[in-house]
Amino acid sequence: MSEHRHGPGEEHGHHHDNHLTDMEARVKALETVLTEKGLIDPAAIDAIVDTYETKVGPRNGARVVAKAWSDPDFADWLRRDATAAIASLGFTGRQGEHMRAVFNTSETHNLIVCTLCSCYPWAVLGLPPVWYKAPPYRSRAVIDPRGVLAEFGLNLPAEKKIRVWDSTAELRYLVVPERPAATDDLGEDALAKLVTRDSMIGTGLALSPEAFR
Amino acid sequence: MNGPHDLGGQHGMGPIAPEWNEPTFHAEWEKRALGITLSCGAFGAWTLDESRHARESLPPATYLSASYYEIWTRALETLLKRHGFLTEAELDAGRMLDKWREPKRVLAADMVAGVLAKGAACDRPVEAPPRFAAGESVRTKNFNPESHTRLPRYARARRGVVEAVQGSFVFPDDNAHGRGENPQWLYTVVFGAREIWGEGADPTHTISIDAWESYLEPL
Repeated sequence: MSEHRHGPGEEHGHHHDNHLTDMEARVKALETVLTEKGLIDPAAIDAIVDTYETKVGPRNGARVVAKAWSDPDFADWLRRDATAAIASLGFTGRQGEHMRAVFNTSETHNLIVCTLCSCYPWAVLGLPPVWYKAPPYRSRAVIDPRGVLAEFGLNLPAEKKIRVWDSTAELRYLVVPERPAATDDLGEDALAKLVTRDSMIGTGLALSPEAFR
Repeated sequence: MNGPHDLGGQHGMGPIAPEWNEPTFHAEWEKRALGITLSCGAFGAWTLDESRHARESLPPATYLSASYYEIWTRALETLLKRHGFLTEAELDAGRMLDKWREPKRVLAADMVAGVLAKGAACDRPVEAPPRFAAGESVRTKNFNPESHTRLPRYARARRGVVEAVQGSFVFPDDNAHGRGENPQWLYTVVFGAREIWGEGADPTHTISIDAWESYLEPL
């Protein structure tokens, strides 16, 4: 939306400095009023932002996947009770309360979407990317998953089954991608580097070790 | 509600446009919008389901042209006004003018780590046993409430198979409107793409939703 152009249904105009965009001004007004009332603590906002910029992100999920690839007992636990298995690595909390892990196989590729809003497994992947929350992905993932995957550069064989999981409830899904070939000698730390965010949404595959040569 | 948020299967929304090496935030105001939204959620004055309903109730043209943090911010303004924490006049003035309601909880910086790590579980016990079992064929109901629901339009009146009984959870269709949590059994239901999209759909493509028990009827 362009600067200073108010959207439909919005009757009021906010007073704001001319150099601020409409959203900058709206958010600044909100934060100012709520802080004056003691309803929010700006330092808490800083702490929330810091959490998702530096602590909670797709490296968490990559550790879960690398452990599942390395440890069959953990993989089995992840299949049966993903919330507990993931919590054992220290990843818990907001938008990860009810986790399910879905495993890609040679036969089936899994793809996660939330057509109705932006449900995403924050505890293991952090905040969702913009495209995950935007209408193109949300509208098309369920009707044209192969076309969507092609836009990510992923062209699956025609016989590969595609299962799309629409996150309509409070279950949050983590895709466990297939382990790349020629990784038998790699430990969990090295394996985790091959696990991209997109491979855990299903819009990509895990990297092959050659990607680091 | 049949709102702008119910996007599954819509055409014409354009390319996905993934951004390589996308930053966590694209502007400073997005950081503040995230933090303010989570801080206000901690008041305990509304539920996540009511928040979702406030977002999907934005005017369709606004919803579809807004970024997600803008959707959050506009919906948050609605929730704060509805629950007596601020007024329209204050948003216009950008300063405190009126009395406000005291929340149950104000999120202080030293509470953030604990609150985020704890989350808010939505599973609740129900006394009745689940009505459906894994492997059972079901049909989703056809309904079009003006109120909140989590049964997407594309998945109404469709035949599918229960893949898993996922436990019992707060029922959002009631909880979003202050009618109580009224938990129900939740099922993962799988549909063939041909059942949803008809002739010409990819036979290797299946779609699942997580459906509350009252969304389903036996086949």
